[in-house]
Amino acid sequence: MHTTEGSILLISNLEFLPGRTVNKHLGLVQGSSVRSKHVGRDIAASFKNFFGGELKGYTELLADSRDEATERMLEQAKSIGANAVLNIRYSTSSIAAGAAEIFVYGTAVELVDQPGTHE
Amino acid sequence: MNSVLIQAGLAVGLLILGYLFGTIAEKRHYKKIRQREASSAHLPVIASRYPPEDRIYEQRLVRGEVVISSDYFKGFLAGLVNFFGGRVTPFESLLDRARREAILRMKERASEQGAAYVFNIKFDTTRIATGRLAAMEVLAYGTAMVPSAETGPTLDDAVGGMLLNNSDAMTTNTQI
Repeated sequence: MHTTEGSILLISNLEFLPGRTVNKHLGLVQGSSVRSKHVGRDIAASFKNFFGGELKGYTELLADSRDEATERMLEQAKSIGANAVLNIRYSTSSIAAGAAEIFVYGTAVELVDQPGTHE
Repeated sequence: MNSVLIQAGLAVGLLILGYLFGTIAEKRHYKKIRQREASSAHLPVIASRYPPEDRIYEQRLVRGEVVISSDYFKGFLAGLVNFFGGRVTPFESLLDRARREAILRMKERASEQGAAYVFNIKFDTTRIATGRLAAMEVLAYGTAMVPSAETGPTLDDAVGGMLLNNSDAMTTNTQI
């Protein structure tokens, strides 16, 4: 297989890819991350709460956490020899004031080119 | 007695400030949303699980997210509506803005990568607890379909490749 150390895995929230077939299902892979902001950010956000609008600090926080959770999932996928993760889903729960858990999961697979599709 | 008056005054002041700033911010946001929606109309977002088979596409996961806060006035109004029941319009517009913003951010990331479609869009909405008032997070994610060169990509290109200037690498490669 082509999958080498440090290569980017194909990740998708579709279930299949035209022109490629799943050679092997390797099972569920998942990643999670719980993060919170420091108090200063929370205070800034509570002021913003009076006037409405985007809370940029929280947007960044959740984006970073999602990147981290995805990275963990991909590490797991690589370690079991996958070259793609399909059917990815995200889930978010707020577990305390200013802290949220991000969970991401998908199916790790080994994809191969379907013979005769790229002629 | 005095402290009661001060508290009432503060609440009314916050209501007025919340109303003014909130309304201005909402109008401005809607204007921006409409402009960006018009300029990104060439990139359709499709809620289908079945990818197009007209040509070879690379698939990439793209996301857009936004945390949006309601204002003091919206919170107060929602409280009133909650008491009598009915449509909570202040929060409807809040979530509408957040969702459209999240879609736009996702589309912006997809078009940066040269996508032709975004397939299988999914949403995830969460209440982020910040004090008494509501802040909502909306996540939109989907699969960006990036057209490959005519000859079709190898698995390697899809797995590790960047779309940037790799059109010559898009040859059939069957080393697998």
